[in-house]
Amino acid sequence: MGIGTYILVSLVKIAIALLVLLTAVAYTTLLERKVVAHIQNRWGPSRVGPFGIWQPLADGLKFIFKEDLTPPYVNKPLYLLAPVVALTTALTSIAVIPIGPWIKLGSINTPLQIADVNIGLLIILGVTSVGVYGVALAGWSSNSKYSMLGGLRASAQMVSYEIALGLSLIGVLIFAGSFSLRDIVDSQAGTWLGFIPKWNLFKGQFVAFFIYIMAAYAETNRIPFDLPEAETELVAGYHTEYSSMKFAMFFMAEYANMVTVACLASILFLGGWSGPVFGPPIVQSLLPVFWFALRVFAFMFIYIWVRGTLPRFRYDQLMAFGWKFLLPLAIANIVVTSLVVALK
Amino acid sequence: MLPLVLFFIFAALCVGGAINLLVQKHPINSALSLIVVMGSLALIYLLLGAEFVAAVQVIVYAGAVMVLFVFVIMLLNAGVEERTEHASRVATVLGVPGLIIGLSIAVWVVSHLAGLDRIAIGGPTVMNGSDVFGNPQAIGRLLFRDFLLPFEVTSLLILIAIMGAVVLARREE
Repeated sequence: MGIGTYILVSLVKIAIALLVLLTAVAYTTLLERKVVAHIQNRWGPSRVGPFGIWQPLADGLKFIFKEDLTPPYVNKPLYLLAPVVALTTALTSIAVIPIGPWIKLGSINTPLQIADVNIGLLIILGVTSVGVYGVALAGWSSNSKYSMLGGLRASAQMVSYEIALGLSLIGVLIFAGSFSLRDIVDSQAGTWLGFIPKWNLFKGQFVAFFIYIMAAYAETNRIPFDLPEAETELVAGYHTEYSSMKFAMFFMAEYANMVTVACLASILFLGGWSGPVFGPPIVQSLLPVFWFALRVFAFMFIYIWVRGTLPRFRYDQLMAFGWKFLLPLAIANIVVTSLVVALK
Repeated sequence: MLPLVLFFIFAALCVGGAINLLVQKHPINSALSLIVVMGSLALIYLLLGAEFVAAVQVIVYAGAVMVLFVFVIMLLNAGVEERTEHASRVATVLGVPGLIIGLSIAVWVVSHLAGLDRIAIGGPTVMNGSDVFGNPQAIGRLLFRDFLLPFEVTSLLILIAIMGAVVLARREE
């Protein structure tokens, strides 16, 4: 493959990935409103199209036409920079996530992934750790007490839970022996006894899986860990002073991060895109993507389910849970996993 | 050719960020400049073929250490810094350029003596025949086999520092 074709194929993949990701983000908001509504015995959006199917488009239009207000007391450069940082980092991590095996289109043979890099997992961790600045700077530059408290809570929470999150992944890395997400998926291929898939979840990493899920909920500031935007005490937390499209950028960043976390959970613990493949060649090349999307959808659904069910933690409970429970548990998981691998 | 061009771009970004760090009057702007410095350093590591070190540089320094810096600045609500009135004129004008020239000469001499100037920019350097320099396996082998004792001693040192910080920060009962 020549350099020209390579760049062309990459650009096409970037365009498709962005389009799919942003559509997924838009429709997750609809899914969330519908599911939470049904949990609470309501109907949810039902006016715009059948089942409210065009509601995300209406919301998007509304955000664009709202007045873009910049309060006079803010630190303007950082106030403008914060939503850009939040959304850019949230969209960047999708670049290294593989959504299926290699595909062949005519003479072009390409992986279903924008960039297949050998430190994929580390890149995602690095990009998300830089994403904290979006929230922290938004809180500080808004020059308002609610934003400030929200920003402080968010940065403390994200830094604390990042440690538990990173340590929970070590067990998976020990099994795969590689940071490449594609290698991690390949290391989970095959089955025991013909029907139990060799997913990391079933290889004894279920403790790590639950640590990862809980830390990831805290990283994405979702209920029950949504202290940074606890509306009963902080109005809207770090994005209180933002309006119109700038507010929408924080919103999109949060949902894009949820999608990334769901993709990563499927890749690391649930075997990525593994599943039965059958039928004609075109179906065979698309079925893995479908299995992958199914897992991601399940994770998004659980996110919403949890939101509709659980109350919010208190701040001291949140910190104690992260440092005194998740972190020791993650370290214990590393010790046990490496002992098992070493003695095998 | 391309790695060299990229090297100069990121090196310029790095030095620019460092100068901006000193020039800026508000601590939060200085902290953000330091993040730019950390980020461009990570990209330079990447050009040297040390992708693991580059990722760790971003995760640890740009992502964790600097977040704590920003956090402290936000928490203390540190204002614009004040300047002293009677600074030495000679030091202001000649201080930084003099330091840069002196340090560059020192680095050039030392690297020549040690033969380090022959490490090529771009592409992995092969070490010990089999290990590719800078990949996770090679770093793991160096840290946990060849240099295990220094590594453990450093860990102990950091643990002592953490415990010291906790003792100092704890409120008197």
